Amino acid sequence: MLHHHPYTKQRIWTHPLIHVIIILGAVIMVYPVLWLVTASFKPLNETFTNSGFFPKTWTLDNYVQGWSALDYTFDVFFVNSFIVCLGAVIGNLISCSMAAYAFARVRFKFKAFWFMLMLGTIMLPYNVIVVPQYVLFKYFGWINTFLPLIVPKFLATDTFFIFLLVQFIRAIPRDLDDAAKIDGCSHFQMYLRIILPLATPALATTAIFTFIWTWSDFFTQLIFLGDQATYTVPVALRTFLDSSGVSAYGQLFAISVISLIPILGFFIAFQRLLIEGVATSGIKG
Amino acid sequence: MINIPSKPTRAEAKKTGQEVQRVRGFKLSKEGRENLVGYLFLLPWFAGLLFLTAGPMLSSLYLSFTNFNLLSAPEWIGIQNYIAMVQDPRWFNAVKATLIYVFASVPLKLLFALALALLLNRGLRGLAIYRAIYYVPSLLGGSVAIAILWRQVFDGNGLVNEVLGWIGIKTTTSWIASPNYALGTLILLAVWQFGSPMIIFLAGLKQIPTEYYEAATTDGAGTLRRFWHVTLPLLTPIIFFNMVLQMVGAFQAFTPAFIVSGGTGGPVDSTLIYQLYIYQEGFANLHMGYASAMAWILLLAIALFSALAFLTSRYWVFYQDERR
Repeated sequence: MLHHHPYTKQRIWTHPLIHVIIILGAVIMVYPVLWLVTASFKPLNETFTNSGFFPKTWTLDNYVQGWSALDYTFDVFFVNSFIVCLGAVIGNLISCSMAAYAFARVRFKFKAFWFMLMLGTIMLPYNVIVVPQYVLFKYFGWINTFLPLIVPKFLATDTFFIFLLVQFIRAIPRDLDDAAKIDGCSHFQMYLRIILPLATPALATTAIFTFIWTWSDFFTQLIFLGDQATYTVPVALRTFLDSSGVSAYGQLFAISVISLIPILGFFIAFQRLLIEGVATSGIKG
Repeated sequence: MINIPSKPTRAEAKKTGQEVQRVRGFKLSKEGRENLVGYLFLLPWFAGLLFLTAGPMLSSLYLSFTNFNLLSAPEWIGIQNYIAMVQDPRWFNAVKATLIYVFASVPLKLLFALALALLLNRGLRGLAIYRAIYYVPSLLGGSVAIAILWRQVFDGNGLVNEVLGWIGIKTTTSWIASPNYALGTLILLAVWQFGSPMIIFLAGLKQIPTEYYEAATTDGAGTLRRFWHVTLPLLTPIIFFNMVLQMVGAFQAFTPAFIVSGGTGGPVDSTLIYQLYIYQEGFANLHMGYASAMAWILLLAIALFSALAFLTSRYWVFYQDERR
């Protein structure tokens, strides 16, 4: 009856069953995605007759035909998506880190007020600003260009990342700042030479999440891009879905698989950074 | 600007009153410099706030009281849009679909997230791999690609019916074409993405000191009581955080409903979630005044539910600091 560590003992006892549940759950979770991959290699006659995991014959037809299913080939849409993502990443890195530096390291009037306001806009639904934004960008002649998708990032509209960076910069010891101040460093030099290099992990999290979110963003790209030459991958996929019948599912799957590769690639390469980012800041993933 | 050494010398320290005033003036100008620097660093954000957030917010409030089709100038019609809303059966359909979607998907998502976090927190080998696998759907789930997959999976001859066939249930029901089940498939898609709240729960579980469990065990508490009296109370702040975050996100879901229903919100408006209806009215029918009014009602609804969550939180959210 007397154990010193009953808690630990029980832990060991429950291991096998828990392991089975967890593995089973994991299989159910990823099965649809893996099935999407193998289904993209099935020939047309199997798309509806064989819902099994493996194709009876493997073919690349879906990839070849899907790639040129629209007026432009999908390389155009992939390049467009990359341009938009790259612009968004650069914009967020510059503007959000600048704002974060001010909030974390500079003493200025009404800082607390502006900080609260910034936090307040994190949860602001995009709906309440999208119509006037559309009118403004239309007035500028920016509809059917990438500017409505990139310029806002240079103006730090993704305030969540400001918050993330502020939290990180606040945790950097001030000794370095003081030493730099004594050496006559200006705020700009301090931002550029001391804080930015030290904030690399948080900047990387910002860059990766900006890339992933922009890559799979659909709503804004759907609204602002109406000309097929400017389509990004999600908008092109939607047009492909609308224009093709059910018979094109194989091709749709093939393009879908390619469209998920950049996200999965980033995830595999920066897994630890991403998961820590979610765990520490509550990024919604 | 006057060039003054950053540190006062001994001579400066012995200055007369008048000169001290000058030094104070210098101090002030240094503060002024800090102010200037702070505002310069914030300049991009200020521009964004003014032109892309606050400005548009106010103009959309104005537009909500107008008739506006993008082509001609907005025409003031008072509260007509808001009256039209309560007389619009499709608006009620949208509200209904959204409330069902939010209040079914969020609790289920949190339940799965918490359950898996508890299982994964038992210190088993390979935790990093399982955590990563469970997180993948959160990463991919919002994309058009996965929505297309979902459309096939729940179609008449899709994956779900195939799997049901394996266990002896033969059916060709198209789940996405059925008014009773279509919204359910979207809820399932949202719940499938429980990985990100799960990771936040896992981080929270790691924060709970093992001494609490040891003390509880010494007092004779079993697994259930330890969960009920130690784990759960200490996790309530994180449950609260996840709940608000997921709720605000769920109110704004768009992509899955748009792709799965082909942009219609059908069958019979069963998947017409709010953001989709705003899109249809604003950007397909160019009723931008009406769309703005709907957006403001959504903002108020989100604010109301968040406020409710905060107000009730004092009855169930337990902060450790409060005990002191």
